[in-house]
Amino acid sequence: MNIVDILEEIEKVDGEVYERFSPRRTAMKEFFNVGKKISLAAVPLALGSMFNKAYGQSTLPANVKAVLQFALTLEHFEAAFYVQALKTTGGADFSGSKQMALDKAAIEIISAHETAHVNFLKGVIGADAVAAKASYDWTASGAFPNPFASGNYGIFLAVAQALEDTGVRAYKGQAPALVGQGGVLEAALNIHSVEARHAAKIRYMRAQNGFNIKPWITGGNDSGVANAAAVYAGEENVLQAGITITGINGAAITANAATESFDEPLTTQQVLDIVKLFGVS
Amino acid sequence: MKNLHDEKEVLQEERSILTAPLQRRSFLQFAGAGAAGVALIAAGCKKDRSMIDDGGIKGGVTLDFKDDIGVLNYAYALEQLEAAFYIQVAATPYANISAPELAYFKDIQFHEIAHREFFKNALGPAAIGGLEVDFSKINFADRTSVLGTAKAFEDLGVSAYNGAGKLLKSTVYLTLAGKIVSVEARHAAYIRELISPNSFSNVEVVDAVMGLDKSRDPKAVLAIAGGFVKTKINVINL
Repeated sequence: MNIVDILEEIEKVDGEVYERFSPRRTAMKEFFNVGKKISLAAVPLALGSMFNKAYGQSTLPANVKAVLQFALTLEHFEAAFYVQALKTTGGADFSGSKQMALDKAAIEIISAHETAHVNFLKGVIGADAVAAKASYDWTASGAFPNPFASGNYGIFLAVAQALEDTGVRAYKGQAPALVGQGGVLEAALNIHSVEARHAAKIRYMRAQNGFNIKPWITGGNDSGVANAAAVYAGEENVLQAGITITGINGAAITANAATESFDEPLTTQQVLDIVKLFGVS
Repeated sequence: MKNLHDEKEVLQEERSILTAPLQRRSFLQFAGAGAAGVALIAAGCKKDRSMIDDGGIKGGVTLDFKDDIGVLNYAYALEQLEAAFYIQVAATPYANISAPELAYFKDIQFHEIAHREFFKNALGPAAIGGLEVDFSKINFADRTSVLGTAKAFEDLGVSAYNGAGKLLKSTVYLTLAGKIVSVEARHAAYIRELISPNSFSNVEVVDAVMGLDKSRDPKAVLAIAGGFVKTKINVINL
């Protein structure tokens, strides 16, 4: 979705969106002209600011703002993880990959998205957006070996998988708080599905590197890391809105297929409990 | 006499309700033209035409977006299409399919059947009928054709759920849609990787600068999906 798409979508919900952005629609042109002058990397922040100005920080409902701050807290952490991974010194040991160049390129793609999410959310929230921590504990207080140590590429992928699956589950858990919020809900959903694409890709990378795992979550904790149990708590659910998915209407849906078919949300507290081990909260 | 007269008026009104939408309502028609090719009844693979209400011959199905039921039926329609496609893929795999690819396509098949049957049960009597699909444009014997269609369907599904979220009023349904859309995104990423490594979230689907996935509104989605559906899908109150 590009900028114009977003504005058109918002216009459907809020016919006066352009007027909110500026008293005159022509002012939009000024923005796009400005857009040409600023660096590409600054565009998400600039657009986020437009959201912010349009609706006004004071008019952003407190619970919506809280959701966005929570999302930004997680995105800061994810973005920092991949920035660290791509460092020449102290980064992930890609030499442990069977397809080093391909894997590194994938992490670069994911890293760019996470950084874009940070900038976008910062722009939406405005001046009091939460800041990134100065540092994080990549071992999750000793729950995992250092993912960036030499020879630990497998650990790096396992932690990346846990982070992406947590991200998917976290956004999913916040969606109800954004019901009726139009553009903000849509943006959150647009991030949510990107995190799911990332999660599937990381899982596929693990499979390509010899680990037995699928792009979708099978059963509960399928990560192979016992200490990641909290990340997958509840994923074993086969009951959706009171309907049992296993064998539904006589179809050959196994319990595993039933769990794979639906990703489960995590509550705010569940997510905070997971990430606090990394020094996030 | 008055009662009779009233009854007649009611009848006339009913008749006009049946015929009027063509002129009065702006709805979309999606009638697949292809006569030949694979024709499956998506919602259960029943070959008995009498099992299908309307069968797409007369009125087709109507998605009424006045409330969440319409949105859920919209999702049900898409899941019917996806399930029918993967049932065919799993039943007649393309030439020289690898064991892992076949296993994953069977997985995806079951996921989509689970989604379809879930919506069918959740909607109960409010569910639309089974859609008749038209896969005449797909060559199921050819990997490129199957993967290309799978990619199109999965990306379409992701964008459809992303675009429909804001139409939902119920937090329960919004969460359920969220539970499904991320699985569709996992499918999309996997299939994209089969086609071209590292295309899991490329610029076709994710804005490189914003890091945001696509959304499509129901009309845009149905305009694309309609190419694979014979049953006429009417859209009202959108």
